[in-house]
Amino acid sequence: MISQSEWNNALIERHGRDLFNKAQNTTVAVCGLGGLGSNIAPLLIRMGIKRLILIDFDKVDLTNIHRQNYLLSDVGRLKTEALKDGLLKICPFGEIITHNEKITEDNIHSLLSEADIICEAFDNAECKAMLVNYILEHYPKKYIISASGMAGLNEADLIKTRRITDRFYLCGDGVSDIDKGFSLCASRVAVCAAHQAHCVIRILNELK
Amino acid sequence: MVKVNGEMLDIAGKSVKEYLLTTNYDMTRIAVEKNGEIVPKAQYDSTILKDDDSLEVVSFVGGG
Repeated sequence: MISQSEWNNALIERHGRDLFNKAQNTTVAVCGLGGLGSNIAPLLIRMGIKRLILIDFDKVDLTNIHRQNYLLSDVGRLKTEALKDGLLKICPFGEIITHNEKITEDNIHSLLSEADIICEAFDNAECKAMLVNYILEHYPKKYIISASGMAGLNEADLIKTRRITDRFYLCGDGVSDIDKGFSLCASRVAVCAAHQAHCVIRILNELK
Repeated sequence: MVKVNGEMLDIAGKSVKEYLLTTNYDMTRIAVEKNGEIVPKAQYDSTILKDDDSLEVVSFVGGG
């Protein structure tokens, strides 16, 4: 069994102590554990984010396995529980907080007040807009990294990260909409998820 | 002139809401940034655009 200090020292060798310490002292929330969220969270725990808040109300079903980071044996389980188990297999030293509920304007404060950085990973466009507006209107110190436009089979490198305000980043191609007949495929959604996770580590690296 | 998503538009004097009503944006799927700050939804009506303002309307699409 690898000890926590062995895990930490190996990561410090890779990222340096400064970035390691920032990651250990940051709480990141992943809102929605589908194709985006289930791929964002493992990247974050690998990069040393110690405290993760995972939020989703859904269970894993068979069609999720084609693009979401779950196992066939997870079908029927709550996404929060299945993902938490997967993350603790990557790193048993993480602090994983799960909330098995739908995020609305009425419960955002109780779910996200502890989060420093929020990854918006919903599939519904209205929910995306609601969360982004709410966070930016109510929490001037939190960062939000949202995703819009990752469906379909267009080029992966049309997916970009843009900084909209000091604390609002937007990943995606901005246009590929599941509501306009584009389906989601594992590879392109994972590219967008990686953009969001990479945005987290870049924000941490720039923190004073 | 007001810069909106990179395009110069002659809409100074209009409110954010008045401008949005001339477009096809779905109000339930957008976030609006003006000069680096988010415009709260409740202030779309009272936020008047001025010359040299820079506006970005982020329109979310589904998928995730």
